[in-house]
Amino acid sequence: MNTTVLSKPHKLRRVFVWQLPVRVYHWLNALSILVLIATGFFIGNPLAILSGKEASDLYIMGTVRFIHFVAAYIFFFNFAFRIYWGFVGNKYAGWKNFIPTNKQFFKDMWAVIKTDIFMTKGSELHTIGHNRVAGFIYFLTFIAFGIQCLTGFGLYSATSDWWFPNLFAWVPAVVGGDFMLRQIHHWTMWFFILFTVVHVYLVFYHDYVEGRGEISSMGGGWKFIEEEIFEANKKAEEKKK
Amino acid sequence: MIIETSTKRKTYYEELTEKGYSRRDFMKFCTMIAAYMGLQSSGVAQVTEALKTKPRLPVIWMHFQECTCCSESFIRSSHPIVADIILDKLSLDYTETLMAAAGHQAEEAMHKTMKEHYGEYVLCVEGSVPLGADGVYCMIGGKSSLDILHEVAEGAKAIICWGSCASNGCVQAAKPNPTTATPIHKIIKNKPIIKVPGCPPIGEVMAGTIVHILTFGTLPALDGIGRPKAFYSKRVHDSCYRRPYYDAGLYVESFDDENAKRGYCLYKVGCKGPSTYNACGVMRWNNGVSFPIQSGHGCFGCSEESFWDNGPLYQRLPNIAGFGIEATADTVGKVALGVTAAGIAAHAVATNLRKKKMIDNLISEGKESEQELKAE
Repeated sequence: MNTTVLSKPHKLRRVFVWQLPVRVYHWLNALSILVLIATGFFIGNPLAILSGKEASDLYIMGTVRFIHFVAAYIFFFNFAFRIYWGFVGNKYAGWKNFIPTNKQFFKDMWAVIKTDIFMTKGSELHTIGHNRVAGFIYFLTFIAFGIQCLTGFGLYSATSDWWFPNLFAWVPAVVGGDFMLRQIHHWTMWFFILFTVVHVYLVFYHDYVEGRGEISSMGGGWKFIEEEIFEANKKAEEKKK
Repeated sequence: MIIETSTKRKTYYEELTEKGYSRRDFMKFCTMIAAYMGLQSSGVAQVTEALKTKPRLPVIWMHFQECTCCSESFIRSSHPIVADIILDKLSLDYTETLMAAAGHQAEEAMHKTMKEHYGEYVLCVEGSVPLGADGVYCMIGGKSSLDILHEVAEGAKAIICWGSCASNGCVQAAKPNPTTATPIHKIIKNKPIIKVPGCPPIGEVMAGTIVHILTFGTLPALDGIGRPKAFYSKRVHDSCYRRPYYDAGLYVESFDDENAKRGYCLYKVGCKGPSTYNACGVMRWNNGVSFPIQSGHGCFGCSEESFWDNGPLYQRLPNIAGFGIEATADTVGKVALGVTAAGIAAHAVATNLRKKKMIDNLISEGKESEQELKAE
């Protein structure tokens, strides 16, 4: 594919990449993570509130925690849904985009790193869905999601009577108490912040350099692929069969 | 696990009446301890019945690497019978600090209990066991505490770990743990173990645990870590009388500010109540007089594992070793964020240089189309 010569001007094929459930998942996830980070920071280090009111008239921390817990439930079930969709969704949503199952995956990752980080020429892979590095990083974020769910609901379990959070009651015992759990929960949050910054930057980067509609793809689900690359991808798929 | 009944040994009630307690005192004690144990009101009768009919429970109480604050707490529990019943009457056949016997006599008493009540005595351990240098850091009567523990645990029907030392190592197991102080559950694997952590644990909690074994002949319900659920299922935070200030968002910012005078929540000055499981907020200390938070000082989580290593007592986030003094997760996070931002900026510049041709092509193609449309 490296040798594909693109026609000038580009002839673009519209490809439906992100299905509606994937897009809904993405934005719900983004929103809940933003809310969780903001409220999480507040819970970890609440602002000094100067108020003449009695405690009985205020419920600031209570409200912030409530929002945090609601967002956590949305985050969890949204994540659970995405795992399900990894098995029933289209080619670009499948779990094989994220979890390496063969050596080629790592070879492709290296090619992406060469192209996009070291910026050498001639190693371009024209992937349509997630590129391999992105897919693998998302796999790491899924692990981070898992850690946040375990530690978060582990902390929450002691205050809840519902069976669902109580499923996580074993977690504090494993890491040596709530204190350590709280720290892990806090540290992992920073991974989300760093991820978000890099993620948003790279979306702009790809849109800018490749001009395939990377940014808008998470809105309408479309990407616009050069005719030649489309044909090359199609041939490669047919060969596999 | 049924406690053996023998005609030889007197019941608790008999011993107490001999000592001069009235029936009224006895009933008051039974009611109080049943309430502490979290029993329903019918449980009072069960406790009374057990103390009236069951013979004394043979107990061996070992002191290893510890400061005896657990014993101190125990003998100061709020009802005098607690101390009397357990220390005088619980058939405390061997305990280094409180027994009258010494030397060979004491050793003899211990071995007698171990032999006579093999498989039925309760072993109470106060303190951790140092494993370093073959255990020489804690020697009693010429034997290492490790050897003694193995010997005594052999015939015990259950082990109660008093305090944080026996439960999770406490201060002597704090980094770098020079004597390799080790909690009991990591040494003895084949016996039921009850952990009663705290530095020290509340006296009534200790008494409640023993009376439960006495009354029901079984171990109390334990949580995942092995602590009695009746006393350790709620966080100090959940039963704290300052909790409304926490929920309201009103916090002490420093120990001498106006908010401290008003009795606001101590969360921001490092109170570990939200991550500490104990009954302090409900039972309190010294006959229910007070507990740390009530005295204006945050909880420092003395009943939690490795609380000495969990960072400064007056900070919410611990310092991270290897990142300089006073670096918390947030400091490290902020630096990482700065490094990431710098990386992104460098990458953006590099992109515009290295991929100039690609980008120019896209731009020129787009502009050509624009011109074409204009021309029409």
